Amino acid sequence: MKMQELKKKSVEYRKKILKYIVGAKAGHTGGSLSCTDILNVLYNHTLKVSPQTFTSPDRDRYIQSKGHCVEALFVVLADKGFFPEEHLETLCQYKSHYIGHPTRKVKGVEQNTGALGHGLPIAVGNAIAAKLDKRNYKVYTLMGDGELPEGSNWEAALTAAHYKLDNLCAIVDKNTLQITASTAEVCNTDPLDEKWKAFGWAVKEVDGHDVEALKAAFDSLPFEPGKPSVIIAHTVKGKGVSFMENNLKWHHGVPSKEEYALALSELDSSMEKVLI
Amino acid sequence: MAHIEATDPNGYKPNQEIFSEILQELAAKDRDIIAVTSDSRGSGKLVPFGKKFPEQIVEVGIAEQNLVGVAAGLAAAGKKVFAVSPACFLTARALEQIKNDVAYSDNPVTVVGISAGVSYGALGSTHHSLHDFAALRCINNITVVVPADNFETAQATALAAKTNSPVYLRFGKRVMNNLKDVNDDTFAFGKGRVITEGNDAAIIACGETVYPALQAAKLLAEQGINATVVSMHTIKPLDTDLLANLAANCKAIVTVEEHSVYGGLGEACAAYLMQHGLHKPFRIVGIPDEYTVTGSQQDIFNHYHLTKEGIAEVVKGLL
Ligand SMILES: [Mg+2]
Repeated sequence: MKMQELKKKSVEYRKKILKYIVGAKAGHTGGSLSCTDILNVLYNHTLKVSPQTFTSPDRDRYIQSKGHCVEALFVVLADKGFFPEEHLETLCQYKSHYIGHPTRKVKGVEQNTGALGHGLPIAVGNAIAAKLDKRNYKVYTLMGDGELPEGSNWEAALTAAHYKLDNLCAIVDKNTLQITASTAEVCNTDPLDEKWKAFGWAVKEVDGHDVEALKAAFDSLPFEPGKPSVIIAHTVKGKGVSFMENNLKWHHGVPSKEEYALALSELDSSMEKVLI
Repeated sequence: MAHIEATDPNGYKPNQEIFSEILQELAAKDRDIIAVTSDSRGSGKLVPFGKKFPEQIVEVGIAEQNLVGVAAGLAAAGKKVFAVSPACFLTARALEQIKNDVAYSDNPVTVVGISAGVSYGALGSTHHSLHDFAALRCINNITVVVPADNFETAQATALAAKTNSPVYLRFGKRVMNNLKDVNDDTFAFGKGRVITEGNDAAIIACGETVYPALQAAKLLAEQGINATVVSMHTIKPLDTDLLANLAANCKAIVTVEEHSVYGGLGEACAAYLMQHGLHKPFRIVGIPDEYTVTGSQQDIFNHYHLTKEGIAEVVKGLL
């Protein structure tokens, strides 16, 4: 996909994320907007997976450890044709499969997530299976920075390095905020790159909203042969909507009618910039 | 009741050793069989497995949450996974991974709790698993199985490998006699195994307590009381048909388990009987809700009357 197309997608996705959160009157707005560009590049450039190949043993796997940002995932999966987008009109409604966290009842979702610190161990299991079966697929998992204090992540990080899983890529959506306060105030995990390096991982840091940089990072996997790779994506919580950016209120805030209109007009003007 | 004479355990093995032998047979035929261990291959009797099938064992170190998460990921990629770790850690520390990554995501992992119950009796409550039935019974989409003897263990292990949904297998360390001289039963999850029959009382036991239950039946028979003994190896789904039958045909029901009296086999049976109007004199024999006494497994069984004499006394008290 051409760069302009990719950039256009990011704006479209952000608009849809807000649309369905407003419709459901619930959602993780800030975190969905911070990982939008990452999901965009993954699904439109990097991942070898489609609705047609979703049951193939050779498909790339994507496991969203930060399951609460399901709105971003659903919007991207719908765009990729995994299910009709209108299904998202039932988001969080009684008996809808489109609930507040990913489940395998939705086509395109690999694993049921939502409890934090679960994605990486499962991804490690997937990646070990690929090595055992001598298959070439890659395994990706998206983690929030707020979930990094979960010890299970670091257990799995050790196993990934031990088994030299260079078919595994973790992405940290480092938006520096979590529900209570900044991650630095709640439980500081910096310097993060040094932690991953100490656990035997190859690390790259990118601007998590620069689709070109994300593309280049994914294209250069594995960062070192014989090592698992982690991308520390520096992001802004609430990215794309000025009043939501870096504002704790939008962790799971739902925009009012007026706020939604304002957000759309901001996103429309950023679309104009993309199209120039 | 000749078949309960086999008090000499020679020739028999601990169930977890039989588990390892069967797993090796399965692994030789199927490269997708994988054991995942958390520095637990020694207690899991999996050292020979690891030597024979180095490509089919995944070691994660002492990290039970990771053990279960990794197992789920392997299973999601088509592997037939046995995640093996002491039951005390596996079903407590990694309970969320069992609940979410295995059961909820429906990854067909066989979660294998070894050295279960009070197998590590002298090591204290950190190493006892008297909570696992209760914890797992209320998690949807996992079959809970506790084989009593070497026959049930072999059958359950082979069946778990074929089962495309989550299973919990629970084993102890004790050398277990086969309960019957001839094992011609059809073994199936969810179908209790009647070991001996009598119409005065029913003793429903599981795992390593079935043998003392059988000895209790022998003791009772000498006193003219005939008891049915059931190995209720599947705690969930419970064989409620068999339970209803026992209630219809016996005067009293006693359950026996190496588990807390709360939330285990006994309460599962009681709930079914009460809710179906099957009111019979009923007692649960298990480990009471207290700071558990320590010592060998047998010491603890003796202390809480999980013995032939203790079980026989409870039965007589109901008749
Ligand atoms: Mg965050």
